[in-house]
Amino acid sequence: MKTIKASIIGFGSVGQGVAKVLLRKKEELRSMGLDIKVVAVADSKTSVIDMNGLDLAHVLERKASEGNVGDANITGHDIIRDVDHDVVIETTPTNINTGGVGLQNMLMAFNKKRHVVTSNKGPLALKYKDLSALASKSGCAFRFEATAGGAMPLLNLVRDTLSGNDVISIEGIFNGTCNYILTRMMEEHATYELMLGEAQELGIAEKDPTYDVEGIDSACKLVILANAVFGMDVAYEDVHVTGISRITPEALMLAETNGYVVKLIGEVNRQRIQVAPRLVPIGHPLAVGGTLNVASLQTDLAGPVIVVGRGAGSIETASAILSDIISIYKD
Amino acid sequence: MRVSMDIELQDAPGQLVQALKPISEFRGNLVSVVHHHEKRTPRGTIPVQVVFETDAFNVSPLITKLENLGVGVIRVNEEKFLEKGTVVLIGHIVHTDLEDTIDTIDKTGYAEVVELHLSMPSINKSSSASFRIDAVGKKELKDAISLLRSVAIKKDLVLIEPIESEIL
Repeated sequence: MKTIKASIIGFGSVGQGVAKVLLRKKEELRSMGLDIKVVAVADSKTSVIDMNGLDLAHVLERKASEGNVGDANITGHDIIRDVDHDVVIETTPTNINTGGVGLQNMLMAFNKKRHVVTSNKGPLALKYKDLSALASKSGCAFRFEATAGGAMPLLNLVRDTLSGNDVISIEGIFNGTCNYILTRMMEEHATYELMLGEAQELGIAEKDPTYDVEGIDSACKLVILANAVFGMDVAYEDVHVTGISRITPEALMLAETNGYVVKLIGEVNRQRIQVAPRLVPIGHPLAVGGTLNVASLQTDLAGPVIVVGRGAGSIETASAILSDIISIYKD
Repeated sequence: MRVSMDIELQDAPGQLVQALKPISEFRGNLVSVVHHHEKRTPRGTIPVQVVFETDAFNVSPLITKLENLGVGVIRVNEEKFLEKGTVVLIGHIVHTDLEDTIDTIDKTGYAEVVELHLSMPSINKSSSASFRIDAVGKKELKDAISLLRSVAIKKDLVLIEPIESEIL
């Protein structure tokens, strides 16, 4: 049995999802020979540390009842620096302007020779080259499946299952919020504002939806794919981005008359990285509805390979994080 | 452009090859040849339908050449545009000189806007339009759409283009 000491830094929806999944999959992990012991959890204000392994059920209960994880006044960054452990599960919120605390956390983790598994897109969209260089210099694993497609496997699919293939291009729907709004506008012949309101009411869109609807989230994911899959050295500024806020119901109906649906499509190949509303033929594999994400990979040997899945959600994202943790220790 | 031609051959060996040779001499790329050997015209000749792609300026000298060889050219049908595409535009389409937007494509000589549907829900709101564009080939269609892309940026219109992948 291999004992892995981990910290969960950031205890919002995704961090809590990771805790729940680790609890739920404890036996399966043990049967793989992995005993994952979470020794520290930090949210934005508080933290809790136990070198013998925290009772995650208890931490989740406390977060639900009191809104914090513990009494310790130690930041996630301090935990990464001072608490002896192997893997940092970095699930703080994405900050696309500075990289936020996530960037500092990752840098510290690699300096302390700890592996990083993350769902945080900001640091990767801004500083991918620096982070991956530092990770390999420190001999650490750096895994970020959750950042590119949520639960939809992309990076591990390319790295493991499709290894030997040259990926020529990837295009698809990388934001469930936009897909929901466009799908509903088409179904109801309703305006963008109306369906954004519905999405907000259902918790599918944020109060400030800019990050999703203006294509920023999709663009960050493409940057990560461009760097990680295509070996490019690009950042967010290199993406041409058009969002969905100017789409009219009339445009959707005209598209439909011509046999198309409109989807916010992200496209990356060695020539260009672009996010824009595009016409997708009705019945085409990329024409998925609701909050689903989809990606079509063009490869030189396998031809087109298509994955469809959930791009967001607490447990769904935690699924990608868990697969990353397992992949580090299976290697 | 794509040309479909009905020709008539004498019923003698080597006639088909002799009729097809000039097509390749005039840089024609054969798409199909249907040889109706069992059918006879009242003139006792054999009807053949050929379809090929070539440049427009080759068609007329090719016909002359065929006729000089004794091949009867009965019908010629030229189809200039082989590729069809659709785009959707959103914004102040009419007030940003719609005619000029269409001319951008029509002036190229290799593509034309062949259909336009316009929806203007109310005066202050954005209009939406779908354009059907015909072009002589795939590359030309892409070029036409990219011309439209620069016009859209200049006129602050949202251009919705078809996706790249051709999986189906």
